[in-house]
Amino acid sequence: MNTRKFLSMLAIAGLFASSCSDDDDNPVVVNEEEVITTMNVTLTAGTDVVTLTSVDLDGPDGPNAPVVEVSGSLAANTTYTGAIELLNESEMPAEEINEEIEEEADEHQFFFEVAGTLNATAAATDTEADYPPLTGTNPVGLAFELVTTDASTGSLTITLRHMPTKPNDGTLADAGGDTDIAQSFDLTIE
Amino acid sequence: MKRYTLVLVSILGTLISKAQDCTISISGRVIDFHDGVPLKDATITFNDQTIVTDKEGNYIISDLCPVAYAFTISHPNCNSQVITLDVAEVTKKDFYLEHHLDELQEVKVSGKKRTKTSSAQEETISKDVIEKYSSAALGDALKEITGVSSLNTGSTIVKPIIQGLSGSRVLIMNNGVRMQDMEWGDEHAPNVDINTAGNLTVVKGAAALRYGGDAIGGVIVMEPNKVPAKDTLTGRTIITGASNGRGTTVSSEIIKGYKSGWFLKAQGTLKRFGDVEAPDYVLSNTGIFERGGSLSFGNNKFTNGWDVYYSYYQNEIGVLAASHIGNADDLIESINSGQPSVINDFTYTIDNPKQDVTHHLGRLRYFKRFEKLGKWTTQYDFQHNQRFEFDIRQTEELRKIPSLDLELTTHTLTSDFVLDSKFDYNLDFGLLVRYQDNFADPSTRARRLIPDYDKYDAGLFVTGKYNLNDNITVDAGVRYDYNQIDAKKFYIKTRWEERGYDQEFNDLIIADEGTQWLTNPKFEYHSISATTGFNYVFGESYELRGNYALAQRAPNPAELFSDGLHHSASRIELGDLRIEQETSHKVSFSFQKSDENWGWEIAPYANFINDYIVLEPTDVELSIRGAFPVWEYRQTNARLLGIDAKLNKKWFPNWKTNHSFSLVKGRDIETEIPLINIPAANVSNALIFHKENWNDLVISLESEYTFRQNEFPDNIMVFSPQEQEDVLLEINTPPGDYHLLHLNADMTVPFIKQNKLNIGVTINNITNNTYRNYLNRQRFFADEVGRNFLLRLTFNY
Repeated sequence: MNTRKFLSMLAIAGLFASSCSDDDDNPVVVNEEEVITTMNVTLTAGTDVVTLTSVDLDGPDGPNAPVVEVSGSLAANTTYTGAIELLNESEMPAEEINEEIEEEADEHQFFFEVAGTLNATAAATDTEADYPPLTGTNPVGLAFELVTTDASTGSLTITLRHMPTKPNDGTLADAGGDTDIAQSFDLTIE
Repeated sequence: MKRYTLVLVSILGTLISKAQDCTISISGRVIDFHDGVPLKDATITFNDQTIVTDKEGNYIISDLCPVAYAFTISHPNCNSQVITLDVAEVTKKDFYLEHHLDELQEVKVSGKKRTKTSSAQEETISKDVIEKYSSAALGDALKEITGVSSLNTGSTIVKPIIQGLSGSRVLIMNNGVRMQDMEWGDEHAPNVDINTAGNLTVVKGAAALRYGGDAIGGVIVMEPNKVPAKDTLTGRTIITGASNGRGTTVSSEIIKGYKSGWFLKAQGTLKRFGDVEAPDYVLSNTGIFERGGSLSFGNNKFTNGWDVYYSYYQNEIGVLAASHIGNADDLIESINSGQPSVINDFTYTIDNPKQDVTHHLGRLRYFKRFEKLGKWTTQYDFQHNQRFEFDIRQTEELRKIPSLDLELTTHTLTSDFVLDSKFDYNLDFGLLVRYQDNFADPSTRARRLIPDYDKYDAGLFVTGKYNLNDNITVDAGVRYDYNQIDAKKFYIKTRWEERGYDQEFNDLIIADEGTQWLTNPKFEYHSISATTGFNYVFGESYELRGNYALAQRAPNPAELFSDGLHHSASRIELGDLRIEQETSHKVSFSFQKSDENWGWEIAPYANFINDYIVLEPTDVELSIRGAFPVWEYRQTNARLLGIDAKLNKKWFPNWKTNHSFSLVKGRDIETEIPLINIPAANVSNALIFHKENWNDLVISLESEYTFRQNEFPDNIMVFSPQEQEDVLLEINTPPGDYHLLHLNADMTVPFIKQNKLNIGVTINNITNNTYRNYLNRQRFFADEVGRNFLLRLTFNY
């Protein structure tokens, strides 16, 4: 190939280079999906209702810590029925995440850990079979029970694991999987 | 023509010279003019005598008379040449043969080594060493060079570190093209197939200005095997099998050359490995599937030439399953348990998390030589880099789409002119223009880690070297670079405020997208780099080099724009729009004696970097998903002090030992805190047995000892929701020291007609040691790879 041929090739290459400059359209915004911004936990014992909420509107990507609120004290020696509601409030209207957890209840599990000083125990009361067509007998935890004894203070940590080992011995270490939620609440039993 | 006249006159001179006091000897080496690799089995013929060079290319001719001799230097793959020397005046001479006849169909004799720079620290590894790493990564082979280590993610993602610096501070020149493959990521390995390299040179520092002004760490130059300008058809196939990972690599190359200068070269590599294994468990999801191919053709004459090169590289790399964690508690749990949280049976299947990268590289090059002036080279190159990273995401559907999808397209035009017609000096000046486009695909349905951007670069340089006399060369150069980056970046509004950008950068906002701002940062950088140094050759093969290099590097996209949760690392990475260029001042020396029987090199250096950009864990951020470690880029003044040393000694005719040591200390001189990710000191000792009569048998036993890194930044305290208190996150604590033994043996046997077969056996980590490496990002989760048997067959035909 002679010089002239080569130079013409180069010119073509140059044209190609300049034709590649992009347009000035703005890129499309991406809002993270499957984000859980809000957890509402309702503890009910007759007319006694205590709510625990954690709201993290900017998600794990954002700098702000979640806003954690506990509506009041728990009564001693009481059995509370617990229900968990999960929302994505970064979307309008807020998206209900419970349905997705229910559909994939076999891939999710809530764990309830009570720190030593709080005189209470908590455990799931539902199983995968509560969310048909699933039929498993492993606990899920969207519904649970919290039983208090003597007056004390301490914390309850609620952890949602995705794809844990099932069945497991109820500890996070044994369950493995990915953490979708890990939130602790300071509680008082009076 | 002048040269031949001289040869003729000298031959006549030799013939008429009379026998005098004939006790003079002359010694030196025969070296490949192109890559500086010593040529063994080269013959030097004069009168009726023939001398053959040894494995290191050395020769000694004794009992010479003090007259001029005409030496004919030959090597199997080279055109023979006649060189005339007056032995009365010269006792030391290195001969340079054009081993792979390419653009220069001539032999050059000079007292200087053919290297990338005249004064900087540098080292070259040759083809036979590279072949041993056929199944490994580029970064693994480079560790043969003293002062080069690597930042790993597992055992397959290997990023070279040169004298303590890596990433954007290390340029990789692949066949004359500066790689543009998203080198800003700690877990992004160079997208190159090591089997395309004929030799590898590392210039430790920014002294090789022609490649770029921002090589604060250094430059890695990969050059292909040259094609001889003669009628030839050659090929090479390397097959490697490894027990650990139960994988195979096949790499093949075929070269057709013509006397007219035409050539055609094709090469391909296929590499497939399953999960590798630590001594006690399978490292699940660490398989690799690499495919590469390259094709080049062209016509190289002495006066002008052109060539076209294209290469394709694709690599699918599994990332250790256990390294996917949720939050700081999981990280603590993993550090404490000492065992990976996921251990499955061996498989070849590569599952999420994984990377899938593809790199296309095309190059057109033209050169023309002007008589009594020099050589002009112009090159256009095109690169397209596509990176997918797949994570473990919430739903089955999401797991099928990558959470990172970046497409980087680069066009570069370079042109340079080398004035090399004068013996005592040469000058090289050139320019570069580059356009780059990064596209972050929103179909990932995950926020972009790196934004869409356009980048424009331009550079101008001039370098020169001057031979003061036969022993001393001085060199100098200066370079100017302009970089402009024009990005479209989304920021979560709360992050924009937390960073304080609302105070300084609100004018960059171009759209309000609900919870996020769309911004248009547009930054310009003007960088100056310069270098100067000397090279002094004296006595019995002694060489002293000294160099000062000033280099400036503009921040990369990650340093400017990173923001948010990096899913694959489970950490929040925060760049800073305020980051400016970093400026390095490096002084280095190298004092060496090259001799096969007794050689050594001592190479100390000091690198002072102003506004050094460092990524460190600084804090944790709480979210509904728990606490995440925050890694922030910040700028400070840093100092790196180090020394590389090596020594070789031939004890008996067939026995020799090689020793090397490297040490680097990095410190933030504003806070007096050690820098993060600085390689620990290491010592390597090898015992080598070589017997040519036994089919060129070489057996080497290598001991590699790595000290514990005792200088590291402080750990951070993290609030653990599970523990209900602040706990220490030992994110910076290095693991202990370790000692590894490796064995390598190879021999060359005849194989069908004139062809040769080299059979090599390697055992890495013979004692199956369990250890962890400070410079492996997965050291929190799993041990390093255990024992590995490799069998390697190299056919040369």
